[in-house]
Amino acid sequence: MKIAIPMNEQSMHTDVCPSFGRAPYFLFYDSVTNEAYYLDNEAVASQGGAGIRAAQVIADRGVKALIAPRCGENAAEVLTKAEVFVYRSIPGTARQNIEAHLNNQLPLLNEFHAGFHGHEKK
Amino acid sequence: MKKSNLTIAVLSGKGGTGKTLLSVNLAAAAETAVYLDCDVEEPNGHLFFQPEITSEETVSAKIPLIDYNRCNGCRTCVDFCKFNALAFIKNKPVLFKDVCHSCGGCVLLCPQKAISEEEKNVGVIQSGMSGQVRVHTGCLNAGEASGIPIIKELLKKSAAETALPVFIDCPPGSACSVMESVKDADYCVLVAEPTVFGVHNLKMVCDLVEVFHKPHGVVLNKCLEEENPAEEFCKEQHVTILGRIPFDSKLGSISSSAKIAVKENNRYRELFSKLLHTIIEEASRETATHPQR
Repeated sequence: MKIAIPMNEQSMHTDVCPSFGRAPYFLFYDSVTNEAYYLDNEAVASQGGAGIRAAQVIADRGVKALIAPRCGENAAEVLTKAEVFVYRSIPGTARQNIEAHLNNQLPLLNEFHAGFHGHEKK
Repeated sequence: MKKSNLTIAVLSGKGGTGKTLLSVNLAAAAETAVYLDCDVEEPNGHLFFQPEITSEETVSAKIPLIDYNRCNGCRTCVDFCKFNALAFIKNKPVLFKDVCHSCGGCVLLCPQKAISEEEKNVGVIQSGMSGQVRVHTGCLNAGEASGIPIIKELLKKSAAETALPVFIDCPPGSACSVMESVKDADYCVLVAEPTVFGVHNLKMVCDLVEVFHKPHGVVLNKCLEEENPAEEFCKEQHVTILGRIPFDSKLGSISSSAKIAVKENNRYRELFSKLLHTIIEEASRETATHPQR
């Protein structure tokens, strides 16, 4: 199964990025092959609709589970329609979150915010 | 019809510098004038003019309407959209109406001709008289991506004026909505605060009006008896200083009670009348030496 996580840095041993649409990188992890790779988030520089764009990339890559602390309404709509489940991350590294997810310890994220529209606190 | 009037746009690099104070008082000092509130996200000139509203028109923007029977899922529209208003899910485009900027690109590019356009209500323009000043106020609906359709409609009212001076109260900053608001102006008045931050914002709007080759000058607002970085900037860059408005609690209290200084206080009537005179003189000189329209 393919898992995606928004990241500040390209390392499994660093924390999950608090932003989804404006995260600098996405980690893609395949739980079957244990392969991981990173992509620059091309939505970072978008004037608007960053969440939609980021969700599109996640959906296009065939991801089945996104692990993130929060997610905007528009992104959630894309992910839901594309049948990507969003799980709420726990404080800690990407590696810890992947392990928690594989042990079924992460709950589904079911509250989606109306978006920060460029006013997000860093 | 030949236009003999002047269109003056008042702008600044950030909110709260005094665009509305200046444009409202210039229009009031002109006595017979047209005032356009193009700050459609937060129009506030009407609070001062309190016009009797005689007409209200809705403004709409075009958004794509996708015919899913004709769509073959080629993704051309989604890949083209620079505003991320279209997503591609299960081989079909999905529109996010609130993110769409009505550019019409998807309609033009669709190889299957599966996209047409429908109207979406984005706001209203309220019009009415306040004494001899005709006030047009643009109001964008909350949550809309762009005020441009409303500003375009407001400018049509300006274009229809052939005799009265038109004062345009612009949105803050230097983005698309400001460019739209100044594009038909004969002269641009930049309002600046006496701070280093104020200079940074002033520089942005100076760059903007220069890109559009608009004759312009600066009004220094909130002036104190001390050094004024905005004034220094104007002198260094050879930007015309049109006048100064003092940082004065009297003026502050008139404005905060939604009154027009020109009508309340002789000193301010003189100050804004003089400013108006200077601006008209500068604008007439510029349009005579560089006729652009």
